Amino acid sequence: MGVTTDQVSRIRARITVSGAVQGVGFRPFVYALARELGLSGQVANTSSGVVVEVEGAGPAVASFTARLDADAPPLAVVDRVLSTALPVIGGTAFVIRDSATGPGRTLVSPDVATCNDCLAEFADPGDRRYRHPFITCTNCGPRFTIITGLPYDRPATTMASFDLCPECAHEYADPADRRFHAQPIACPNCGPRLELTAPGEEPRYDEDALAGAHELLEAGSILAVKGLGGFHLACDASDPAAVETLRKRKDRGDKPFAVMAADLDTARRLAYLDEDEVRLLTDHRRPIVLARRRPGTCLAEQVAPGNPDVGIMLPYTPLHRLLFDQPGACVLVLTSGNLSGEPIVTSDEEARDRLAPLADAWLGHDRPIHVPCDDSVVRMVDGIELPIRRSRGYAPFPIALPLPVRPALAVGGDLKNTFCLGDDRYAWLSAHVGDMDDLSTLRAFERAEQHLEELTGVRPEVLVTDKHPSYRSRQWAESHAEGRPVVGVQHHHAHIASVLAEHAYDGGRVIGFAFDGTGYGDDGAVWGGEVLLADYEGFERYTHLSYVQLPGGDAGVLNPCRMALSHLVAAGLPWDARLPAVKACTEQELLRVQLERDVACAPTSSMGRLFDAVSSLAGVCHRVGYEAQAAIELEGLAVDHPGEHGYEFAVGAGMIDPEPVLAAVVRDVLDGVAAGVIGARFHQAVADVMVTTAEQVRAASGPDTVALSGGVFANRLLLSASTRALSAAGFEVLRPRRVPPTDAGLALGQLAVAARVPARKEQTACV
Amino acid sequence: MGHGGGGQMSAELIEHLFVPAFSNPLLAGLTDSAVVTLGGAHLAFSTDSFVVQPLFFPGGSIGDLAVNGTVNDLAMSGAQPAYLSCGFILEEGVELSVVGRIAKDLGTAAELAGVIVATGDTKVVDTGHGDGVYINTAGIGLVRDGVDIRPQRAAAGDVVIISGMIGVHGIAIMSVREGISFGTEVVSDCAPLNGLVAAMLDTTPDLHVLRDPTRGGVATSLNEIAKAAGVGIELTERNLPIPETVANACSFLGLDPLYVANEGKLLAIVARDQADELLATMRAHPLGADAAVIGECVPDHPGMVVTKTAFGATRVVDTPIGEQLPRIC
Ligand SMILES: [Fe+3]
Ligand SMILES: [Mg+2]
Ligand SMILES: [Zn+2]
Ligand SMILES: [Zn+2]
Repeated sequence: MGVTTDQVSRIRARITVSGAVQGVGFRPFVYALARELGLSGQVANTSSGVVVEVEGAGPAVASFTARLDADAPPLAVVDRVLSTALPVIGGTAFVIRDSATGPGRTLVSPDVATCNDCLAEFADPGDRRYRHPFITCTNCGPRFTIITGLPYDRPATTMASFDLCPECAHEYADPADRRFHAQPIACPNCGPRLELTAPGEEPRYDEDALAGAHELLEAGSILAVKGLGGFHLACDASDPAAVETLRKRKDRGDKPFAVMAADLDTARRLAYLDEDEVRLLTDHRRPIVLARRRPGTCLAEQVAPGNPDVGIMLPYTPLHRLLFDQPGACVLVLTSGNLSGEPIVTSDEEARDRLAPLADAWLGHDRPIHVPCDDSVVRMVDGIELPIRRSRGYAPFPIALPLPVRPALAVGGDLKNTFCLGDDRYAWLSAHVGDMDDLSTLRAFERAEQHLEELTGVRPEVLVTDKHPSYRSRQWAESHAEGRPVVGVQHHHAHIASVLAEHAYDGGRVIGFAFDGTGYGDDGAVWGGEVLLADYEGFERYTHLSYVQLPGGDAGVLNPCRMALSHLVAAGLPWDARLPAVKACTEQELLRVQLERDVACAPTSSMGRLFDAVSSLAGVCHRVGYEAQAAIELEGLAVDHPGEHGYEFAVGAGMIDPEPVLAAVVRDVLDGVAAGVIGARFHQAVADVMVTTAEQVRAASGPDTVALSGGVFANRLLLSASTRALSAAGFEVLRPRRVPPTDAGLALGQLAVAARVPARKEQTACV
Repeated sequence: MGHGGGGQMSAELIEHLFVPAFSNPLLAGLTDSAVVTLGGAHLAFSTDSFVVQPLFFPGGSIGDLAVNGTVNDLAMSGAQPAYLSCGFILEEGVELSVVGRIAKDLGTAAELAGVIVATGDTKVVDTGHGDGVYINTAGIGLVRDGVDIRPQRAAAGDVVIISGMIGVHGIAIMSVREGISFGTEVVSDCAPLNGLVAAMLDTTPDLHVLRDPTRGGVATSLNEIAKAAGVGIELTERNLPIPETVANACSFLGLDPLYVANEGKLLAIVARDQADELLATMRAHPLGADAAVIGECVPDHPGMVVTKTAFGATRVVDTPIGEQLPRIC
């Protein structure tokens, strides 16, 4: 619908759109909009964003500029629209130019689950992409994991080696098509191929490969399946023998496996899902949602032994759909394809080598994965997301900061490591990297860091680390500083700053509850039950759990019964032989000497360890096979007992003493009170003491904003109860909702503390 | 000051305070003993101070340690130790019978090691200014012609050998000091290694590196070697000879046996094609009966030591910093 224009009123403008505007169908949208408004000109992706030049009637150009933001495609996030006037040059065509390289910054989109349009074609026998395992369009498919460089164009993706067939090329070039300039598109004629390989057998391809995969899953085999951000290990989740085999091969202990359900109905049969959980399960990011497991489902007990929850996700690639299209397994275990402690495997070659002891066969393809990206894990708490692992679908989406930062790299912590790049008001928190004990994780860290630097253009001028002297992340930073300053940030200060930053909080000091398992304290002790008066600049340790001995460092963490006995000693309570914790602790004579002589013991104020101690005292869990197992199992029992009154902590000056809590727990245990009730009373006690403490601060004319962070707040019951109680007492509560409260969110806080550009006033104050 | 653990902090003290202060090329090598040329002879020269508590422990005393420590430091340069000096620092009030026992142990240990205590000194400090008895020994020994043993000689492809069971001394000391029993009594492995080294050099004159993994254990010694030579070292977890009691004690205390002190063990690094012969020689000697190949030098990850676990993962083994603090969250 051409608008007739008079040469005199014609204007030309260059409009730069920055934000997450590449790989989200932005150029086709611009093209369509320009044509609709009768404008000529061009559009190109540059590394600073999408640059458009348009020419036409003044009002049409104005309308065009306004609608760039207002009508942007669903996955785009427009950050800034900058328009400058150019001399009119005439012309009627509107063209999409090849991308131009140049300085600047653009935001890369995370990977996106298959969209409904694509799914409709996928299910249509008449469509040329019927059952195509790689169907995508501008609105869906791989992004972050296939991008090798910027600007985002097919040559800068791992699809570069696939030449488009004439039909695909036509779609790619047709502005009216949904696949117009969709970089990863392909079809059965020109795209990647599925391949099934097994030791000693001929490879099978395409539909034949799928048929083979189904046979193997049916037979209880373990299949390595190439996903978006890495290989998964899959098996039938209703087959106890298969799940047990996978557990053994992965050396996995009792750590729960995530499952993929064929569809929402199946997911509903496995777990109690409320509206919010359904929304999260089905949204385009498709995280693993931790939800309360229903009793008596088809799930083998070995999927998540003793765990009240189950981690469920829905298919997010066309290949996942194909795994469910036969009668048979409607739930698959789908766990990261890696050796225990190693990063997720991404290349087919590596998969065949490193997963050889784990998998019976490999379902792969020839579209390379450029960077690893694990599945994200999210819990819903009171209708608000609580991220546990922020990875696929979320990374590398930046977090807007309330204050500008210098170009910086915060390297995070050592377990569940993520790192964070920042510049100006952006912070890019990386996808999950893993535990830094392992050489291949350290290497994965280096590769991911390089890649994110390339995508963001951030060239760090300062490195930020935890203060723990043995953290490998810190050692890495020190050995890679190349003359740049390396700044240490206290662990719990970083936790609190992390939640402040994700809320874009720019007010003054807050009351920070940093509850976790282990963090290096400024006095050399193991902190973890900390109440800080904090802002980005600094913190005061207002109060904390009183110190008890952590016997044997990591050994104390792995054996909650030892922590229970240590807490009894600290509370002046006897090791009553009737207590399950005392019965379970067969090494108590050794432990007694160890505690008396203080051999290899560290003082700790850890809230995580107090949860461990109570869990063991209540008879729930005495030895852990995965992180926070004792607390998770205690929470699982406690949720069934709402409305219990809490035990009471003794609150002194600068000290929260759990002694009366332990005495009450012991009394209840000896009185035969159910573990779930004890758990409920304990959770409530922690929530109550948080309110008491916060009120104490407020009464001394302190802040009335509270921030919650640290791994202990991955506990849904505690997060919900403490938020409710604090809000009821009139506090504003900042709780984790975009960034994990665990050490996986640490790097953001480190960045916000150490890289913030100080205001001028404060600079003089510091001198 | 927490610089006593034998880990990164003492390494930093030495590197940043002492080496610059006395700067010379001999010290810069950071070996346990220096090899000097004097009157045409190649001499190894070393000194060590002993501040151990308790003074007596299963398998030995501070007197044995004072001899064997210095003898072993000399032997790690490939030298045959000959003469020792011995300085006692006694705390006022320490029982004479205690000093007597220690002196006797020291004499016996010297005889066993085949060295002569040629000179000595005694000082007494006020009560409260010492831990009963401190001993310093220094020693010299002759290095055979053609022997060139230095950490810098470790090369990719070389094999790493340990002469026996790991972690025994440290656990023995802890077990008596703290009164913790881990089942069977653990007896220190304190022993002079010069005899074993002589036998090894008879078979394999071209040994590249020798090291006695005392304070800071195997992990610390190997890290020093990896950094000095610019190679990576890859250990195989299941090949590490660790006595069950030590393994149990370590797992109970949350320690890693690789970081626990040894007093009668050596690490040898040698070209792969000489490893079998060397290993046979070592196993034929009473102090090398449990000798084992525990890893190799690799071109990958220079300066870094890693362990391959039973499940195929590759764990980084770095230099401990002060005490081992928990990192699990
Ligand atoms: Fe933490
Ligand atoms: Mg020495
Ligand atoms: Zn689509
Ligand atoms: Zn095609």
